[in-house]
Amino acid sequence: MAGLPSSTSAKEKPSAGVFDGIAIRLLAPSWLMIGFFLLVPVAMMLVYSFLTKEFRGGVIWEPSLAAYDQFIFDRGLFGDEPPVIEWTYITIFARSIWQAALATVLCLIIGFPTAYFIATRPANTRGVWLFLITIPYWVNLLIRTVSMKFLIRDTGPLNQFLISTGLIDSPIHIVNTNFAVQLGLFYSYLPFMVLPIYAAVERYNFALSEAAFDLYASRWTTLRKILIPVVKPGIIAGCILVFIPSLGAFLAPDLLGGAKTFMIGSLIEEQFKGSAGNWPFGAAASMILLSMVLVVLLFYARQQTRSINGAR
Amino acid sequence: MANTSALEVRNAVKVYGVKPNDVIALNDVSISVENNEFFTLLGPSGCGKTTLLRMIAGFETITQGSIRLFGENIENLPANKRPVNTVFQQYALFPHMTVLQNAAFGLTMLGKSDKEANSVAGRMLEMVQLGGFADRKPGQLSGGQQQRVALARALAPSPKLLLLDEPLSALDLKLRHSMRVELKQIQEEMGITFIFVTHDQEEALTMSDRMAVMSNGELQQIGTGKEIYEQPGNRFVADFIGETNLLSATVESVKGSHATCVIGNNTRLECVVSDAIEAGSSAHISIRPERISLAKSTVSSAGQDTLTGVVSRYVYLGTDTQCKLLLDDGTKINCRVQNAHGSTTDLAVGERASIHIDQGAARLLVN
Ligand SMILES: Nc1ncnc2c1ncn2[C@@H]1O[C@H](COP(=O)(O)OP(=O)(O)OP(=O)(O)O)[C@@H](O)[C@H]1O
Ligand SMILES: [Mg+2]
Repeated sequence: MAGLPSSTSAKEKPSAGVFDGIAIRLLAPSWLMIGFFLLVPVAMMLVYSFLTKEFRGGVIWEPSLAAYDQFIFDRGLFGDEPPVIEWTYITIFARSIWQAALATVLCLIIGFPTAYFIATRPANTRGVWLFLITIPYWVNLLIRTVSMKFLIRDTGPLNQFLISTGLIDSPIHIVNTNFAVQLGLFYSYLPFMVLPIYAAVERYNFALSEAAFDLYASRWTTLRKILIPVVKPGIIAGCILVFIPSLGAFLAPDLLGGAKTFMIGSLIEEQFKGSAGNWPFGAAASMILLSMVLVVLLFYARQQTRSINGAR
Repeated sequence: MANTSALEVRNAVKVYGVKPNDVIALNDVSISVENNEFFTLLGPSGCGKTTLLRMIAGFETITQGSIRLFGENIENLPANKRPVNTVFQQYALFPHMTVLQNAAFGLTMLGKSDKEANSVAGRMLEMVQLGGFADRKPGQLSGGQQQRVALARALAPSPKLLLLDEPLSALDLKLRHSMRVELKQIQEEMGITFIFVTHDQEEALTMSDRMAVMSNGELQQIGTGKEIYEQPGNRFVADFIGETNLLSATVESVKGSHATCVIGNNTRLECVVSDAIEAGSSAHISIRPERISLAKSTVSSAGQDTLTGVVSRYVYLGTDTQCKLLLDDGTKINCRVQNAHGSTTDLAVGERASIHIDQGAARLLVN
């Protein structure tokens, strides 16, 4: 075609040029905050995990791999038997991952339609819906979790209501079940799913759906092949924002679950609580959790760069 | 099938919203488009062109009226069941798919095998000269290239009707001009009926076989470019298409398709009239500026069709010269004289000149 460049110009990111220096100086406070309140504690945990435990809490400054060893191997009560794999903690980790994944899926199933609903309201009412979503967050998580327990316990309003309607004869036991933990996690983290998906759907160009519909796609195919792939970065962000805190959550499992729903968060929390704790072990468990989170984040980062290089 | 139109819209009405806040976007619009025709909907912003197009595509419901595609009623079919495809103004390409996947989408949805869909899509991309771009993502293409992908995507399933909503408006001038020619060529090659929306009259004139001029949700006139330009049906059309002089006039007498009118201070003018009108009523006369010729005036002539006045503006524009004249009776007249004739008399502002209106150039407009 005459007058048409055959090669597209590379879409270069404009460089900030003269603003570079200013940007660095403006970023300095955030760097200091992150450095001091994030990196220093993480470094401390890393160091602690390689130290020897003090019996009344705390550490002895003597390098040791005991914490990691304890996590993986069972060497008997006095540590002199041949090592066998210790499944207790691995099970807790696996269960936590499972619980967090389940909570993420639950949040996605409920969060996606919610986000879609809000994003497709008239522009002037979307703010109200978002506001409603954030209202529960004005109350502390602990209080919300306790009230949740109050609502679902055997003598709580939910069971009373169900009994009074004659639907059930005796209360359903919800507290201390996996389901209760799921409910707690779902309730705690749903907005983290809704908000990024909302942001993505709001930016979505609905002419794309029309184009697909025009090209003989059914509504379901349009959703599956066009809308979901295009808003995928938002979905992934939402999943990560729910999965990661769910993985380390301890309030919901502690308050709503029982011994059978013990999760990583509670395990770590216990190690630093009172005199029965084991700081190096808690630190080691944190480091293992952190490395798992980093793996998830790396996966996310790769997805993001791919979608930036490809789609947009 | 021989005598059925490709598309027939009858008495279409579209009302948006509910009673107190309702908007009548289309009011009793009827058009009939022939097979293989390049038909243009032309009108100013907000006149309802997009609404009509979206109704044909199936994105908007029709409040009243009917739409027939080759004789079949389609107004109750959803968009994905109508053999009609659309080229969207902002292209609406699927950003996560390659150019080829975009072009093959419609065929895949129609149940064609990947192989067949890709081969047809590939041919379409060749046709719009994007053969080498099949594996790119839309984000890696220029605006003009995206435009072509959108065209290929809409043409690939061989729709019975292709709808284009201002497809060229996002392109720069030069590209727009070359795309006009190309679009028209593609339409002729593929033998597909096109309905093209634009608010650019030049675009409409270059490409269309026929066009419908719309205003305020109502159809003003349908015809070829020539018919609409030379025989505008009403004041709106005369004014919207090209430039014109619109003069208020009183009808003195009517004889067949000719009428004698009085403008300004008792100046008589012979006009062509196509609508029924009675003597004594008032109407408007439209005269295209290029149908008026100029001469230096020495005497003030009172002869018919010759009027005199003073030049108030005289601008040389290369191919032609624009001249504004204030006639002796106070009427302002705008004329354009072709410079090619060599017949131009050099006039200066303030000089007296007489004008001569070509035979049949003055048209009496009732509405
Ligand atoms: N969804 C809607 N709800 C209410 N009114 C609408 C809606 N869509 C269009 N309208 C109104 O209908 C009228 C016709 O709009 P339409 O988009 O068809 O105009 P258009 O001729 O395509 O204009 P443009 O050249 O600016 O694209 C306008 O007055 C517009 O405000
Ligand atoms: Mg429009």
